[in-house]
Amino acid sequence: MDKIQILAIIAVLFFITLITRFILKGKLRTEYAIIWGLMGLIFLVFSLWRQSLDLLAKFFGVYYAPSLIFIFFFFMIFIFLIHLSVVNSKQHEQIKKLAQEIALLKNCLHNTGNG
Amino acid sequence: MLFSFLSANINHKVLIIIPCYNEAQNVALLYNELHDLKVEGCTISPLFINDHSSDSTKDKLMEMGVKFLDNPINIGIGGTVQLGFMYANEYEFDFAVQMDGDGQHPPKDLYKLITPLLKKEADVIIGSRFIDKKGFQSSALRRFGINFFSRLNKLLVGISIKDSTSGYRAYNKKAIFELIQYYPDEYPEPEAIVYLAHKGLKIKEVSVTMNERVMGVSSIRRFSTIYYMIKVSLNSIFLHLKMKSNG
Repeated sequence: MDKIQILAIIAVLFFITLITRFILKGKLRTEYAIIWGLMGLIFLVFSLWRQSLDLLAKFFGVYYAPSLIFIFFFFMIFIFLIHLSVVNSKQHEQIKKLAQEIALLKNCLHNTGNG
Repeated sequence: MLFSFLSANINHKVLIIIPCYNEAQNVALLYNELHDLKVEGCTISPLFINDHSSDSTKDKLMEMGVKFLDNPINIGIGGTVQLGFMYANEYEFDFAVQMDGDGQHPPKDLYKLITPLLKKEADVIIGSRFIDKKGFQSSALRRFGINFFSRLNKLLVGISIKDSTSGYRAYNKKAIFELIQYYPDEYPEPEAIVYLAHKGLKIKEVSVTMNERVMGVSSIRRFSTIYYMIKVSLNSIFLHLKMKSNG
């Protein structure tokens, strides 16, 4: 086993521990936990079984195997960022709605408070 | 008998929605003008909405002892005006008028916006500075933008509103109901025309004389940027396509 492989395995284990901790502490919603958990598993497979990347590259007809990683992860990250933008837009609407309701409720409370 | 619709026994409740963001210097002036304002056949209630101003707008409003709503966070001009529509609906107002808190929109012209609603001539009345070309006409760049949106609106929904960005508008109950369902967030005026036209509401433009801002800098709507033009155009086009595909 090369040094870099050991390093990769340690990094992946650190990553998985981090995700697990966030899940256990309830800081990560389940849908994100699933995505990041899967990511962790994919990392783990690649770091334990080095030839897997070369085999995959050969299968897809990619000459330079590491570029496969870049394509794959760029794609994944893009999709995930779009997803986050959608979530963000939705939350923006929800926060606005809540603020409007609170302003109306504050007005109601004020009215009843004055008799 | 011609003006029987104005008879005193039919009293229409009119809500004046005044969104305020850092308008501490302007609110008192505006309130004084609104205070003695009378439109026949109507009871006028001003409603200031403080959009979480960072200056002393809230203190000023409390000092003045006027009716106002206080947003817990800054939600922008669109959400703030929409909150006014929600209030109008909740307390069963017949008409709602939106008026800028910076003194650009003259309260004395209010009757010009209300009268066509009373006569049931339209559902939405827009106060326009370009019909009689009186008063503050805005900068050349801004006029270019306003004209651009007029053409875009004409292209999308086939109606021609000259002062497409004017925020001095009056709505009847039907329009208020639709605006509660949807109102754009930022720079809402041109897009709102597209929305209201799609909802089948009748829109009419009347002449008003606008003033320059009384005091302070307009931070609630900065017009001069290309970003504004692109964003509002895209919003309008997207909204048009969305509403068209939904029937």
